[in-house]
Amino acid sequence: MSGARPRNFALLASLTVAVVFVASFLVGFILLPQTQQNARGGWWQAMCRAAGFVQSGPLDTRIAPPALSSVVVPTALTQTGTPEQIGRGATLSLRCTMCHGAAGLSAADSPNLAGQYADVVYKQLRDYQQGARANVVMTTLASTLSEQNIVELSYFYAYLPRAGTHAALRDAPALVRVGDPMRNIAPCGSCHSDRSRKAGAPWLNGEPSAYVEKQLQAFHSQARRNDVNADMRNVAQHLKPEEISALANYYAGLAP
Amino acid sequence: MYSARRLVLAHFWAAFIVFFVAIVFGEWQMFVRSPWHAWIDIPEHYYRSVTGHGTALAYVFPTLIAMGFGYSISETSLKRPLLGLKWAWIAFWLLMIGAAMAVGAVATGSASVLYTFYPPLIASPFYYLGVVLVVVGSWIWVALMALNLHAWRKEHPGHAVPLAMYANVAGAFLWAWTAVGAALEILVQILPVALGLRHTIDAGLARVLFSWTLHAIVYFWLMPAYIAFYTIVPRAIGGRLYSDTMARLSFALFLVFAMPIGIHHLFADPQVGSGFKFIHTVFTGMVAVPTLLTVFTICASVEIAARLRGGRGLVGWLKALPWENPAMLAPALSFVMLGLGGAGGLINMSYQLDSTIHNTQWITGHFHLIFAGAIVIMYFVIAYDLWPHLTGRALISHGAMRLQLWLWFIGMIIMTLPWHLAGLIGMPRRMAYFDYSNAAIAPEAWTVMAGVVGGALVVLSGALFLLILLRGQRAPVGSLPEYRYSVALHPDAPVPKILNTFAVWVALMIALTVVNYGMPIGELLTLKTAVPAISVAR
Repeated sequence: MSGARPRNFALLASLTVAVVFVASFLVGFILLPQTQQNARGGWWQAMCRAAGFVQSGPLDTRIAPPALSSVVVPTALTQTGTPEQIGRGATLSLRCTMCHGAAGLSAADSPNLAGQYADVVYKQLRDYQQGARANVVMTTLASTLSEQNIVELSYFYAYLPRAGTHAALRDAPALVRVGDPMRNIAPCGSCHSDRSRKAGAPWLNGEPSAYVEKQLQAFHSQARRNDVNADMRNVAQHLKPEEISALANYYAGLAP
Repeated sequence: MYSARRLVLAHFWAAFIVFFVAIVFGEWQMFVRSPWHAWIDIPEHYYRSVTGHGTALAYVFPTLIAMGFGYSISETSLKRPLLGLKWAWIAFWLLMIGAAMAVGAVATGSASVLYTFYPPLIASPFYYLGVVLVVVGSWIWVALMALNLHAWRKEHPGHAVPLAMYANVAGAFLWAWTAVGAALEILVQILPVALGLRHTIDAGLARVLFSWTLHAIVYFWLMPAYIAFYTIVPRAIGGRLYSDTMARLSFALFLVFAMPIGIHHLFADPQVGSGFKFIHTVFTGMVAVPTLLTVFTICASVEIAARLRGGRGLVGWLKALPWENPAMLAPALSFVMLGLGGAGGLINMSYQLDSTIHNTQWITGHFHLIFAGAIVIMYFVIAYDLWPHLTGRALISHGAMRLQLWLWFIGMIIMTLPWHLAGLIGMPRRMAYFDYSNAAIAPEAWTVMAGVVGGALVVLSGALFLLILLRGQRAPVGSLPEYRYSVALHPDAPVPKILNTFAVWVALMIALTVVNYGMPIGELLTLKTAVPAISVAR
């Protein structure tokens, strides 16, 4: 414990740390911000930017106070749109899918738009444009839409099939919702549902449970063989008897 | 033997039981997300499990190990009974009550916010109060460590503090200061919202405050492992510690550089200025210095042991090492994982490279490799080394210990390396399920399956570890020599005063915190940005 000139060690350690700090400060606050592509102003402004100070003031996210609605819904919206209008609406809707979902069903607690009446979507979008309804996201997005765009979007969402509620989706058996990948069972819902349908796949909601059960058993035992590409036989051969009964009961219990 | 024996045993048993339950949940998480299991029906169950796993293994387990090991170091290195034994028991029970509160809140589903809290998510107040109790308990330990060192110094004026105690107190001081960030976040920001007094929260400020704790906490976990590298391994394999000075310098540098670097967790955060992100990158680079010093010193110490045992040649001495000794095998495996994990860490801390792996499974792979791999494997060594002295009974099953360490190492490698790859090909972290039928996601499926296999080996290793300790508790009572720490190559070399005290290092730690965190926190305080809180409590 002799400790030759301990004071110098303390000074040395502090100086080393200070040098590292000053060097990284010079690079991080002076050199790098000045070499950035979007660098504006002199070194002082570059330094402020690097420190995180907002230069131009915060973006104006305030929305004008709501005015009274003055939307007049075109009578054409009481009818369905042409395939061209619906198709253009589908393209336009790609801006909406982040919140309202790819099929108009939201996973983000935004409203579901699938199957919404055309006049409703039209009126709300126009209200956002005119300030009768205010929302930071919707007001901004709606502001660039033309009258034609809004009509097409309204037709598109009215055209999309409505879905069951989230609660109904949650309560469906796992085999219906997600299947059982490890047993090579595809979800029933991927072909037999109101959200997606495969050609030739029947509507099952409300079918008698005894009938559905018997047909699944027939696919299971290969007694029934008229399914396209043996899709149903492939699925049913892995189903256990109690799963077949449960599925039959589930579909029988749904509103037709 | 020593008076804190029961206390240390209580800490270790509590720690390892919590540890084992939590890794079983970890394995379950890997399994339900793998293609071997259908999509999880209720994703909330997954997040509940992740929160429990993280809370138990990030807060409760390493804190108990650091505390138990710390009490043991205080008695065995200072060679005097622990002062404040009663307070130590109070701290232990505070920790137990806190852990029970936090885990209880998680188990009932009212705290599925993950262990990093993630405001604006708000859990039941019991969860946060539980975490606060864990921290308060650990602060009592910090005070006791400082108190015991102070008492020893008074009795031994002018003497060099034993290395183990110097490192132990460095770890305690680091933890005391680093816990302040998360404590401020919980007490000032989160609890008022959780108690219903406020309804909005500044999530950006919360993230900055948490980052204050988030990175240095890793070094708090790491301290016991590094203490074992320096003070247990050379002695256990019959060598000498190459340099006592280098060891002290490493621990002092951890104190300085571990703390003011947390903003490298916030590279994607728009509310923090890029200049500060760069400075934190540089200081994160600096924290590699004590780790590299350690790798060098320990390798040199091990070489001394090999040459003392007759090893020759440039690399031929490696064969002369006592590989059958768990205390030799574990640090070697630990260094492999530390090397791989450290290389990955250099990518995480680089402002630009981070953007490729930010919030992907790469990160999960990284911290499992470093903490669960390199660090926890040394916790096993600490337990194996201390157990005979705690129980008075010998641990003789060296074969089982080696098997346990190998299983842990192989399991960790099989689990974490594919995780890194999964991150590189774009798999995000914190996902409850994956749609492997999606052609873009299908190539990631095998990485999760590898995780299940690796995780199974890890759980097996954990079970074997508990069995070995249990068998040790039942072995016949024997007589043991006094517990010793490594002796330095030049044991009488003078210790510079600066490496025998903490004042300069603590001052530097606080000063760097002020310059590296002061302005980012000040800016957010004046901006007053806040978002509505989202309660997950039921």
